[in-house]
Amino acid sequence: MATLFGSGIKRREDPRLITGQATYVDDVKLPGLAYAVFARSPYAHAKITRIDVSAARQAPGVIAVYTGADVKDRLVPVPCAWNVPNCDLKIPAHPLLAYDKVRYAGDAVAMVIAETRAQARDAVDLVDVDYEPLRATADPEQATQPGAARLHEEIPDNIGFTWVVSGGDAAAAFQHAEVAVSQRIVQQRLLPTAMEPRAAVAQYNRGSGQLTLWATSQNPHIHRFLCSVMLKLPEHRIRVIAPEVGGGFGSKIPAYPDEALVSFAAMELGIPVKWTEDRSENYKVTIHGRDHIEYVEMCGTRDGKITGIRTRVYAGLGAYASTAAPGIPTILHGLVYSGSYMIPNIHGTIYGVYTNGTPVDAYRGAGRPEAAYLIERLVDIFARKIGMDPIEVRRRNFIPKDKFPYTVATGLIYDSGNYEAALDKALGILDLKAFRAEQAKARKDGRYLGMGLVSYIEICGLGPSQVAGAVGFGGGLYDSAIVRVYPTGVVKVYIGASPHGQGEETTFAQIVASEFGYPVENVEIIHGDTDNTPQGWGTYGSRTTAVCGSAVKVAALRVKEKAKLLAAHLLEANEADLEWKDDAFRVKGSPDKAKGMAELALMANVAWNMPPGMEPGLEATAFFDPTNFVYPFGTHICTVEVDEQTGQVKILRYIAVDDCGPPINPMIVDGQIHGGVIQGIGEGLQEIAVYDEEAQLVTGTMMDYAVPKASQMPHIEVAHTITPSPVNPLGVKGCGEAGTIASAACLVNAVCDALAPLGITHIDKPLTPARVWAAIQKAKGATP
Amino acid sequence: MERPVTLNINGRSHTVQVEPRALLVHVLRDTLNLTGTHVGCDTSQCGACTVLVDGQAVKSCTTLAVQAEGTRITTIEGLARGDTLHPLQMAFWEKHGLQCGFCTPGMILTAVDFLAQNPDPTDDEIRHAIEGNLCRCTGYQNIVAAIKSAAATLRAGNAGAAA
Repeated sequence: MATLFGSGIKRREDPRLITGQATYVDDVKLPGLAYAVFARSPYAHAKITRIDVSAARQAPGVIAVYTGADVKDRLVPVPCAWNVPNCDLKIPAHPLLAYDKVRYAGDAVAMVIAETRAQARDAVDLVDVDYEPLRATADPEQATQPGAARLHEEIPDNIGFTWVVSGGDAAAAFQHAEVAVSQRIVQQRLLPTAMEPRAAVAQYNRGSGQLTLWATSQNPHIHRFLCSVMLKLPEHRIRVIAPEVGGGFGSKIPAYPDEALVSFAAMELGIPVKWTEDRSENYKVTIHGRDHIEYVEMCGTRDGKITGIRTRVYAGLGAYASTAAPGIPTILHGLVYSGSYMIPNIHGTIYGVYTNGTPVDAYRGAGRPEAAYLIERLVDIFARKIGMDPIEVRRRNFIPKDKFPYTVATGLIYDSGNYEAALDKALGILDLKAFRAEQAKARKDGRYLGMGLVSYIEICGLGPSQVAGAVGFGGGLYDSAIVRVYPTGVVKVYIGASPHGQGEETTFAQIVASEFGYPVENVEIIHGDTDNTPQGWGTYGSRTTAVCGSAVKVAALRVKEKAKLLAAHLLEANEADLEWKDDAFRVKGSPDKAKGMAELALMANVAWNMPPGMEPGLEATAFFDPTNFVYPFGTHICTVEVDEQTGQVKILRYIAVDDCGPPINPMIVDGQIHGGVIQGIGEGLQEIAVYDEEAQLVTGTMMDYAVPKASQMPHIEVAHTITPSPVNPLGVKGCGEAGTIASAACLVNAVCDALAPLGITHIDKPLTPARVWAAIQKAKGATP
Repeated sequence: MERPVTLNINGRSHTVQVEPRALLVHVLRDTLNLTGTHVGCDTSQCGACTVLVDGQAVKSCTTLAVQAEGTRITTIEGLARGDTLHPLQMAFWEKHGLQCGFCTPGMILTAVDFLAQNPDPTDDEIRHAIEGNLCRCTGYQNIVAAIKSAAATLRAGNAGAAA
């Protein structure tokens, strides 16, 4: 059975998903269920001078209408949970319902509760609000300029924090450098677009004082905690259930006003209340990602040694500081400026800026794709400047495989790596020589072929709780599991993390079944309910397998340890004389004297014949707190052809070589890579959240926001190298974000390589035909 | 004003009271508890609400319930024959054609209609056929593989039936 670990078996969650039997939050129905719909500001920035809800209250089916005035003294504003230290972080109050001022288009001003969804929606149109519009901006650089619209009275320059990362002496490095390059880079706002919009169902039992909240959550324990704060309700009175969750990509991490308000209404009215976002609402109010304007520089020697990197970054926060927002462009971004390379001198200044946009928070990769993008773009620009092959520049600066654990200039300690192996493997799949020959021939024919390459690292498996505390994260980052063996030997495992598409019901069952010598069907993984799972911190940051999976493994080993003592007792043997072989504890030399897990589970649970002093039962709990982050890495290669006439980019090949340690289920790992790569290609090629001059979201529906379609996306060639991590018992590194971290930069590098004959070194993503065409025209000296 | 509508869904006839403005997807989900059909957008882009109406893949968010009277509707709940999964359901499972599963019912039903029209498609034809169904998890690669694999199974089954 040991072969289960590492086997690409079919997923155990799928039968319910392919037959329509899964329960997502909006599928939850309760007797007497009422529906909430929010009245939201059409203005990006305005004073509220009057709110009149009397007509809405009279509308058919309406049960209640609440405004900011009704809740502001009874509920606590939405907390921000990442207090990044050593900067002047200012976190303005984020009221659950705006009452004096709205700060982005979508800010909620009233909540209508009605008997049906349609009635609630009809009544929202009757909420009458007088606004006095103010100047607005969604541009994080403009928002810092003198005279810009001021969002929060107490923050005159809209700068929520200025955070500095520094290692070595970047100023000196740049002063004495043989070569330096610089670039302004815009990393556009993105809309996470989990296919399932957010939803909440709240039910309150006035008799027991218990609130049950079904929520679209990546981290129900965090939601329980934050709802407890907002509702001023003790944590043990709140049960958060994340049933089936239809994707998150970071957007279902934060606390939002909506879930708390729906809970409040359920408590006030004594009836269950449901709210479900529609997609337009999702695009307006669910967090966005990225939104950086960056001034970046790299310096080095003429023979290709990188000596320094320096950045100044305007990171948009949107109108309020969302749950993890301050940590994304700082801890998860600035600290990884060394990338895969030995860069001795690093300096970055990050401004977190409030704007009249939707709040920005973690979106797949969260800070690390932005870092990988700027580093990998700079490496190519630097290579071009010194006339060296960018592959060679990468080789000359890689942290060599024998230097791990390696401390980079920003202080992070990389756990393990073999960057050149991944690079070589990817180049082997490509056949570099053949491609360069094809490219040269195409250039002679006036066609533009290009190859982009990225050798990324990411920091994930978040992470040691002590570090979480030191960097101001408002929680722990360990995770947990209870392995419970039933009398018949079958196993239920209750985990603290909360997967929502990543397949841990399968991979974690593989971990336990491999340990116990069971078929995978004997193990069931339970997650997503705070009333039956141990405290955990959720699924994000490519952490679930590395951290929670390790807890599962440790708990399974504890169960096995106890089972072994019991086996020794029953076999009347010394524990030291037992070995685990062929799925059972066996007496060495007498392999027929054996006890398997199922038999031991029965005895442990009935407790008829236990060793002296041993408690009945067979279960164990483990809380696993890793000693370090894990650092997956890899090399991606993309080849493209750019149509000079139209600016259209055609992806010819996409090769992804990723190293996430030993895969538990290779099929699932590859699926994560596929999805991640396509999300990054979407970012590189077509996705952008556009705001107009009045900070109105122009790309407010799926008609305007270009979520990748099947017909637009390439086939991905996936391969791996395997370098185990020493920081967890599984050796795994995490693969959820890898694809996204590498692929946007890879694509842009490819297009810039294709257009090198025109002298083009950089085009800001997304590389829409219009942008590429304009860059070509500009390079040719034409007026686009 | 509500009015009665009789809908034939998964081989069963249901008479329900609906507002004339009620969308088919809301009647399926809210009135008939067929929650396997999902709503992922409000502009007919995502395809999560796709059902079969007289065998044709239709976005039930863009269909009024009253329009569906007299048709035969198949939702994801009605695709398997008892415990025997439809070859497309089987192929999505085997090829890891889903992650969070939210787009999956619509994706499968779109593919059912597509393979009825094109039993032996190329990858490229599959990618075009499903461009009205968005998936944010899989990058589509394994969905394409699943549909291709199901096509082969269905062809083999039809050949067997013919012989």
